[in-house]
Amino acid sequence: MSDQPLLNVRGVSKFYGSRVGCMDVSFDLWPGEVLAIVGESGSGKTTLLNCLATRLMPTTGCVQYRMRGGNLRDLYQMSDAERRFLMRTDWGFVHQNPADGLRMTVSAGANVGERLMAVGNRHYGNIRTTASDWLERVEIAQDRIDDQPRAFSGGMRQRLQIARNLVTSPRLVFMDEPTGGLDVSVQARLLDLVRGLVSDLGLAVIVVTHDLAVARLLSHRMMVMKGGKVIEQGLTDRVLDDPREPYTQLLVSSILQV
Amino acid sequence: MTALADYNFAYLDEQTKRMIRRAILKAIAIPGYQVPFASREMPMPYGWGTGGVQVTASILGPHDVLKVIDQGADDTTNAVSIRAFFQKVANVAVTTKTSEATIIQTRHRIPEETLGVNQVLVYQVPIPEPLRFLEPRETETRQMHALEEYGLMHVKLYEDIARHGRIATTYAYPVKVAGRYVMDPSPTPKFDNPKMNQSAALQLFGAGREKRIYAVPPYTDVVSLDFEDHPFEVQTFEKPCALCGARHVYLDEVVLDDKGGRMFVCSDTDFCETRREEGHRGEMLGDIKEAAE
Amino acid sequence: MTTPLIVSDVSKSFTMHLRGGLRLPVVANVRFSLARGECVVLGGPSGIGKSSILKMLYGNYAVDSGQILVRHCDQIIDLASAEPRVVLQTRRDVLGYVSQFLRTVPRVSALDVVAEPLIARGTPAGDARERAEELLARLNLPKDLWQLPPATFSGGEQQRVNIARGFITDHRILLLDEPTASLDAANRAIVVDMIQAKKEQGVALLGIFHDEEVREAVADRILDVSQFSPRKVAA
Repeated sequence: MSDQPLLNVRGVSKFYGSRVGCMDVSFDLWPGEVLAIVGESGSGKTTLLNCLATRLMPTTGCVQYRMRGGNLRDLYQMSDAERRFLMRTDWGFVHQNPADGLRMTVSAGANVGERLMAVGNRHYGNIRTTASDWLERVEIAQDRIDDQPRAFSGGMRQRLQIARNLVTSPRLVFMDEPTGGLDVSVQARLLDLVRGLVSDLGLAVIVVTHDLAVARLLSHRMMVMKGGKVIEQGLTDRVLDDPREPYTQLLVSSILQV
Repeated sequence: MTALADYNFAYLDEQTKRMIRRAILKAIAIPGYQVPFASREMPMPYGWGTGGVQVTASILGPHDVLKVIDQGADDTTNAVSIRAFFQKVANVAVTTKTSEATIIQTRHRIPEETLGVNQVLVYQVPIPEPLRFLEPRETETRQMHALEEYGLMHVKLYEDIARHGRIATTYAYPVKVAGRYVMDPSPTPKFDNPKMNQSAALQLFGAGREKRIYAVPPYTDVVSLDFEDHPFEVQTFEKPCALCGARHVYLDEVVLDDKGGRMFVCSDTDFCETRREEGHRGEMLGDIKEAAE
Repeated sequence: MTTPLIVSDVSKSFTMHLRGGLRLPVVANVRFSLARGECVVLGGPSGIGKSSILKMLYGNYAVDSGQILVRHCDQIIDLASAEPRVVLQTRRDVLGYVSQFLRTVPRVSALDVVAEPLIARGTPAGDARERAEELLARLNLPKDLWQLPPATFSGGEQQRVNIARGFITDHRILLLDEPTASLDAANRAIVVDMIQAKKEQGVALLGIFHDEEVREAVADRILDVSQFSPRKVAA
């Protein structure tokens, strides 16, 4: 692991009027590190994720990102053009609902190839080969390359969304409840796939989930949110095996045992 | 009372013309950029060329010579109506001869004859936004233009090749203007795309329903988008025009009978007639005369 | 620091917020060290905090006070206060752990579960799998199970996968939480041999063994955990 953080988050707060979205969140994220943000609905975890991914402007706070060149840039001071470029090259965003992250009316191949074309790739054959390789990596049969995601199951759509995000070799991926709407068996397959890709590619990931099993399986580190604030954070094993805060203990003790 | 007394010259009032001219000037200054304008109600339905008519009305002077074509023809309903409209409201000279016209309003085609510096080509545009079909949000497409994010255009071409084995888009084929804005040439067949490049004539595009004007100034680079391994190509026709024998021009199919008989003739009627006046003969010409007798 | 592990004045309690903030002291003033090639066995009655000590050393439990010192990349690291990523690096390179139960991951084969710690340290996947096969063969795990995910294995089979995973690397410190509990005599003997081999390589081991025979065979000394019991101090 590199000895310099990829992301420095300092005092990020988002207010909706007088209502708190998230409040005074600070942390560092290192390359290759997977951070899970957990908490119940309304705890502010998605608001925080959207602030970090610059899909939402925080009310106060500062997030610095280490660019590929090694220099730190303040995300909220960047121009739209730079930020959008970052979002389609060096970053990924995996939505809970694949329809939000895919183009449902273009083929699977074009969904994966779009980012390549966006960064100037102009060779059809190469784009198609790369798209085909990525479909294989996410376990979608290559003969489905010309089918539209409308014809795919929920699990396939989600895997397609992941391929679409990873094709430009991003260094940081945001995930919002990536297994949210899926059946348990489909979830397991997706989690295993994501887990493998994350370690193979050395991705840094910030994943929002309310499912502690997802956090245990995917993440190195966890932040527990309640009422917009981070109430506990640390090594994932530690937070789950030895929760300190009352709310975290409640969360952990509420997991259904099979 | 003369017919003209009921109208301001060229139908639109002078304030409206100024507004449209300002939009046109801005469009010329930013080649390929879609300039919003306050499109007016015109005495014809949307889809009949209200955008082109407003542009023409705004640039028309008493000494201009106007030609109007629909497809390549001067004698179809839409072309005849618009020509008649301007004769009535501006009393300008009209022509079917490409070389004589100072302003040519068109739907679909660019004349085969190379245009000159003293000519303006006005296009009637139904849908000005090339990104529309893949990204329906206007806020998003405007931002994509602003930030020059044109990956989506190639997604469309990718889909074509994936589905048909080649770029099957034959009209409204997207172009990049002056190395910056991607522009929809509108329903023009892609056969005519090369004619837009480095044209000596000013090209103005008016979309009445969508309230947008855009332009390609004279001598501007207009490049059709493509892939390295699937380069842009225009259609080719196996046979020359059946009437005038012209090659390398855009041909229309004409059905001759109910037994599968057909011929291919120039879509540009003026071009075809001029060639026949010059003595060129296609293979079908004699046959048609005989059939008519 | 030639002593691989030093534990100094470590105390641990649980606060049960769901039970009215009840505070449960677990251990207090834990202090000991491990030498190279030494196997120390934690002794004392059940419930006295033996497993808790292993979990604190491995970072699964936080400590209230004290230090847990290991050397990593020529630096002394206090695991009691280290950042998560440092704890994870230490786990990857220095500190191994064979837990009592295998935490299975869906769809990952037994072979890959075993090979993973080596791959994480940069060993080529092919070499790592070869090494994993050797270990699974040595532990007599039937070959037709190797490509299957261990979720459906019996307790003894899962435990052998777990042991192979813990022993595959050359970690300098190895924590063993009842690794032989559900094994038959033959396989227990193999594990004892494997522990002896680790000792000869200079690995420091800290374990919990309820089986007396195994304990006798591997232990260099017994560390009585009841001396760290806070209840005894209070009494």
